[in-house]
Amino acid sequence: MPDATPMTPGITSGRLSAETLSENFDDLHPAYAPHEAAVAADRCYFCHDAPCITACPTDIDIPLFIRQIQTGTPEAAAKTILTQNILGGMCARVCPTETLCEEACVREAAEGKPVEIGRLQRFATDTLMDAGKHPFSRAASTGKSVAVVGAGPAGLSCAHRLAMHGHDVVLFDARPKAGGLNEFGIAAYKSTDDFAAQEVDWLLKIGGITVEMGQRLGQDLSLDELQNEYDAVFLGIGLSGVNSLRAAGEEREGVSDAVSFIADLRQASNLTALPVGRDVVVIGGGMTAVDAAVQSKLLGAENVTIVYRRGQDQMGASRFEQDLATSKGVRIIANAQPVAVHGNGAVAEAEFEYTTSNDDKLKGTGETFRLKADQVFKAIGQTLEGAPEMLDLDGRKIAVSAAGATSVKGVWAGGDCASGGDDLTVTAVAEGRDAAEDIHSTLMGGK
Amino acid sequence: MADLTTDFLGIKTPNPFWLASAPPTDKEYNVRRAFEAGWGGVVWKTLGSEGPPVVNVNGPRYGAIYGADRRLLGLNNIELITDRPLQTNLEEIARVKADYPDRAIIVSLMVPCDEQAWKDILPLVEETGADGIELNFGCPHGMSERGMGAAVGQVPEYIEMVTRWCKQYYSKPVIVKLTPNITDVRKPAEAAMRGGADAVSLINTINSITSVNLDIMSPEPTIDGKGSHGGYCGPAVKPIAMSMVSEIARNAETKGLPISGIGGVTTWRDAAEFMALGCGNVQVCTAAMTYGFKVVEEMISGLSDWMDEKGYTSTQDFVGMAVPNVTDWQYLNLNYVAKAKIDQDACIKCGRCYAACEDTSHQAISMSADRVFEVIDAECVACNLCVDVCPVEDCISMLPMKAGEVDPRTGKVVEKEYANWTTHPNNPGTCAAE
Repeated sequence: MPDATPMTPGITSGRLSAETLSENFDDLHPAYAPHEAAVAADRCYFCHDAPCITACPTDIDIPLFIRQIQTGTPEAAAKTILTQNILGGMCARVCPTETLCEEACVREAAEGKPVEIGRLQRFATDTLMDAGKHPFSRAASTGKSVAVVGAGPAGLSCAHRLAMHGHDVVLFDARPKAGGLNEFGIAAYKSTDDFAAQEVDWLLKIGGITVEMGQRLGQDLSLDELQNEYDAVFLGIGLSGVNSLRAAGEEREGVSDAVSFIADLRQASNLTALPVGRDVVVIGGGMTAVDAAVQSKLLGAENVTIVYRRGQDQMGASRFEQDLATSKGVRIIANAQPVAVHGNGAVAEAEFEYTTSNDDKLKGTGETFRLKADQVFKAIGQTLEGAPEMLDLDGRKIAVSAAGATSVKGVWAGGDCASGGDDLTVTAVAEGRDAAEDIHSTLMGGK
Repeated sequence: MADLTTDFLGIKTPNPFWLASAPPTDKEYNVRRAFEAGWGGVVWKTLGSEGPPVVNVNGPRYGAIYGADRRLLGLNNIELITDRPLQTNLEEIARVKADYPDRAIIVSLMVPCDEQAWKDILPLVEETGADGIELNFGCPHGMSERGMGAAVGQVPEYIEMVTRWCKQYYSKPVIVKLTPNITDVRKPAEAAMRGGADAVSLINTINSITSVNLDIMSPEPTIDGKGSHGGYCGPAVKPIAMSMVSEIARNAETKGLPISGIGGVTTWRDAAEFMALGCGNVQVCTAAMTYGFKVVEEMISGLSDWMDEKGYTSTQDFVGMAVPNVTDWQYLNLNYVAKAKIDQDACIKCGRCYAACEDTSHQAISMSADRVFEVIDAECVACNLCVDVCPVEDCISMLPMKAGEVDPRTGKVVEKEYANWTTHPNNPGTCAAE
């Protein structure tokens, strides 16, 4: 029996038994059995110039891979997927398919029930990866070397494509483990069985990629040195800064960043030892907010509330994610902004003011309310930190061309740190891949 | 609820749904349960001559073709006639018939092609009180290699001869079951008629290999590494069966010859279609073997509801109603012009019509950047392929053009008058095609 219960006040671990926690953090979308996959695949209409392909940031030929599943060749399906998206296994788990391929599926229009493209993709990629196969091989060595900084989705994708083209790649990352947000972000129930790490190992089977962990740009590495040492540099450094609330009392004990909580949870070897509050308030409206809120609830918090400053329809988290949260017992309060965090030392209450918006301009109504809180998570966005100063910015991100080239010759960037595209795993994969192609053609004298 | 009572050859049954001669009707246990489930009649699985019964294979007897979700679309079998003693079958037939006087029991027979063999068995069948016999001239595997089944059904002279013997030595209706493994099904039907048959039933199963095991390179079902062709049945064969039925129904020589329709009947609608093409009743096997005897309940309710809706009070009301509309290609009206029309509200923008038309037909559908698909009347020949591949029912329809309108494809005015190939100027010799 756990020592604590969901009703135990304060931030404490062991609110739920190990068995309950293990059930709670089980796969959100369990893998298909082969017959389920066949039935699901049969629903695909093999559309002409399919809208799902257009909706996919990595342009996976979805009708083709589904037909390959249908004809009993899931490994061929996997190759179709991975050719476009080397992290197709993770994307199958974490992509907001409900706002991408599955939203575009004509069966969504026809009957409100799209072909389950994400789960089919997972069936194909899992089949191939479970068989221990890596379907790509390296081209003859070009003698060129490229530094890839950041071993998240963008960096991994870029490194793999470069290695495939015969370049030697050194992949640097500040953290002790590769994977980026696949490893340290994302709710645990979307990446079970240490999948992110397995996928990295599988990806590296291409060969030609040397991994250097614990190397932070700006501390252990400098762009100048990298430029001198390598023929090209790709930056996929993500957004390591966190926005602040700008509300009084933000520094109180019990107030922390949602991304850190999610990272701790992902790295925890024993969830019964991971502390969580009784009354948790998550401030923000994106995927990070939902991931933090749902996981707080699954860890045993009694009350979990997401508070978002704009209307619920403007939340960055998809409708599916919002429904997932509410189905787990999370309450969503929209149109309220943080005013102050109260407490005597540690947080005891969070205070909010209702808002209205006029032409997208947010305004407080003056009416406030307080929520009981012993833990407050900030999930109001991440910011670029540690980008080399010589690079031009576009707003708050590194400015890049469509192919990922920065303002500095020989330096490319992609993923969340770079301008253009949504901050999604799948978008990062596409940007890393496209930058690799541009680096390749540049290095090989294409331009 | 419409009365489904059907009179076929003077045999009255509560509905037109009979179980065909096949594994479901091999023994008393099954047939009693079938009658309890509501089947109107059965054709008892084929009996052979007295003596040691045939021996079946002891490996797989069936192979299947599947649609989505392993929905069985076609079944193939290599089973032989009954492998139980003749006497056992005869005793069971007599017992069941006595207990179910309102249901039909027809006895399927297959004995060697000599008069004595038939002379021996027919009195025994007569004694059972069964309502009639069906001559199995169709079984395409095994028995045909011994000069029976399809080997007889493929020789009209044999059909006529054996039928005549049966009419001579048996007092009740004689139905001749035809094999589809023949070039022109009208010939055996005519032979049966000349021999005095009261009816024909068709089709028996079609020679088939359902699949090949690509590891051991053997046809399926595989018996110890070898396979033999079997007989194909189930929903997949229905179109072939209906065409053959219609050939006999509209053939001047066999016009009016009662037909019992067989071949992929799975739903009430299938049954209604066979009957509209001239069948007095239908026989079912694969649907029962796939779903069990209970499927007859849907057939009964469906046919009855449809008859009520159409105002038919007896199954006889619609039997053969579609026959006059089955014609030869040469008599189709070439002045009839239609154009496909896509209902934009119903369209889900899958683009299958576009791919089919653009890649394989007449380039008569346009696609806009925002996936609006529209028919180009100047190219559309109304082939119907778009309708057939569209996943949305009734999204694309074929609208006939009115007389007097100009067909944008040909630039010609649509004529009101009927005109077929026999009068068309492009027809070489402007005479009927031979």
